[in-house]
Amino acid sequence: MKILAIDSSGLVATVAVAENNNLLGEYTINFKKTHSQTLLPMLEEVKKMIELDLDTVDAIAISGGPGSFTGLRIGSATAKGLGLALDKPLVHVPTLDALAYNLWGSSDVICPLMDARRGQVYTGIYAFEGENFTTIKEPCAISIEELIQDVNELGRKIIFLGDGADVFESVIREKCNVPFRFAPAHMNKQRAASVAVLGMKLYGEGKIQNAAQHKPDYMRLSQAERERMEKQRDFQI
Amino acid sequence: MMNNTDTKQIRILAIESSCDETAAAVVVNGRDLRSNVISSQIALHTLYGGVVPEIASRKHIEKINQVIEQALSDAQMTLDDIDAIGVTYGPGLVGALLVGVAEAKAISFARNIPLVGVHHIEGHISANYIENKELEPPFLCLVVSGGHTHLVKVADYGKYEILGRTRDDAAGEAFDKVARAIGLGYPGGPKIEKVSHEGNPQAIDFPRAKIADGVYDFSFSGLKSAVLNYLNGCRMKDIPINQADVAASFQKSVTDVLVEHAMRAIDEYHMDKFAIAGGVASNGVIREAMRNACEKRGVKFYHPSPILCTDNAAMIGAAAYYDFISGKRAGYDLNAIPNLKLGESGY
Repeated sequence: MKILAIDSSGLVATVAVAENNNLLGEYTINFKKTHSQTLLPMLEEVKKMIELDLDTVDAIAISGGPGSFTGLRIGSATAKGLGLALDKPLVHVPTLDALAYNLWGSSDVICPLMDARRGQVYTGIYAFEGENFTTIKEPCAISIEELIQDVNELGRKIIFLGDGADVFESVIREKCNVPFRFAPAHMNKQRAASVAVLGMKLYGEGKIQNAAQHKPDYMRLSQAERERMEKQRDFQI
Repeated sequence: MMNNTDTKQIRILAIESSCDETAAAVVVNGRDLRSNVISSQIALHTLYGGVVPEIASRKHIEKINQVIEQALSDAQMTLDDIDAIGVTYGPGLVGALLVGVAEAKAISFARNIPLVGVHHIEGHISANYIENKELEPPFLCLVVSGGHTHLVKVADYGKYEILGRTRDDAAGEAFDKVARAIGLGYPGGPKIEKVSHEGNPQAIDFPRAKIADGVYDFSFSGLKSAVLNYLNGCRMKDIPINQADVAASFQKSVTDVLVEHAMRAIDEYHMDKFAIAGGVASNGVIREAMRNACEKRGVKFYHPSPILCTDNAAMIGAAAYYDFISGKRAGYDLNAIPNLKLGESGY
């Protein structure tokens, strides 16, 4: 099968096309330009370089969140437009799962960290049991302190990655008391190749959506909704 | 394939997501409306007393594919029939605009369909072309909505001269704020118009702002403050507030200013055609006042139906057509520009 993958959940914009066991093309940019300006020109470049006939793509894998709300929507709307225009299904790949997949085969547990602002990280804990990809802690938004406590309780060697690893490096060094490492530059940020490979796996398990159904998983309410709920809760008390 | 360009029809799929309506439409040759689908979020934003940008953006992404698919199926077309895609790329809420822009670019890319970026206000002006087949530039247009108040000389298709604009609140914004202050809620325009029919427009003499260094510019924040002061004064003196009289008098003040500005420009620029556009243009009282003033001068008056006054994609399809035939094309790096100026090209 052939899959086209997109991730614009964070500062990195990345697109890839993979077919079965081959990565045909990948284009990753970590630059100040907005995803709106970079994502589609990158995809066009990849298409040109690998002479891709878009009709031969079986599905579009989209890194579905969590992440920057606007970034997620640019990726999501791009994937939905492609799905609509090509009449192809979408595969929603959780962003943190895809980040963990960068470190395929690792014997240490893997902890992707995305800076979620407001003192929190979007995070999860993953492991490879042989070739088997397992989730130890489901994706969530929590404080870095709470996460480190979980990591310490788990008591296993761990690798941190993601933009949150840069932001919270000093806290981790101070408070983490299991052996830990930070992933290097070629695998520590979003890679559409990982979204593609995990996307093919999910596609094989029948986890597809039609393009109209797809929406990002923000993992957080909007500020207005949150404040409204808090007000209602205060009122009930 | 048709070779005769005279009979070639240009079919445009248009997409609009600049504020709180997710909309798509199919328009042929800029004037012939084949479908017009609008998914409104008004009920949702009513909970918050106004449009919440993040919620609007989230709703756009949930609805956009259904809306586009419905527009194509209502027009009995598929993407194979579409010659160009038009999309609003500004001004508006950036997060909301980005949904339509990213979606439009992806469809354009996937099917190799030319893309045109449309200015939202240019869309509102062009709404007049759909129901008035004979209307052609030059004409004067007053665009009044929740976000915009512009008096524009439309010199030619795609050629605009802004004569005046609001210095503070947009006319529709003043309607929303006053409606909230007198307990009518959101959206203010239709609610004020409705209760105004029960009220006396002469009951309270609210100010009509004039701006010394810009005869065609508008200011509505002073009027809004005058209404709030009046309400406070009544409350302090324990005078009962007549909601309908306040609504009618406020609306009269806005109407008088809009009519006065428009007619002054018609006279100075010797225009014989005048059009209104934007959400506030669906206000019946304003519309009648404009019609009467135009009739007195022998000026032809145009206005879109209410459904084409509020945000929609049909108007974007109309504007996109004239951009398309003039050769304008957007690239895949088209970005949303929240403060895009009318007459300025962002690509």
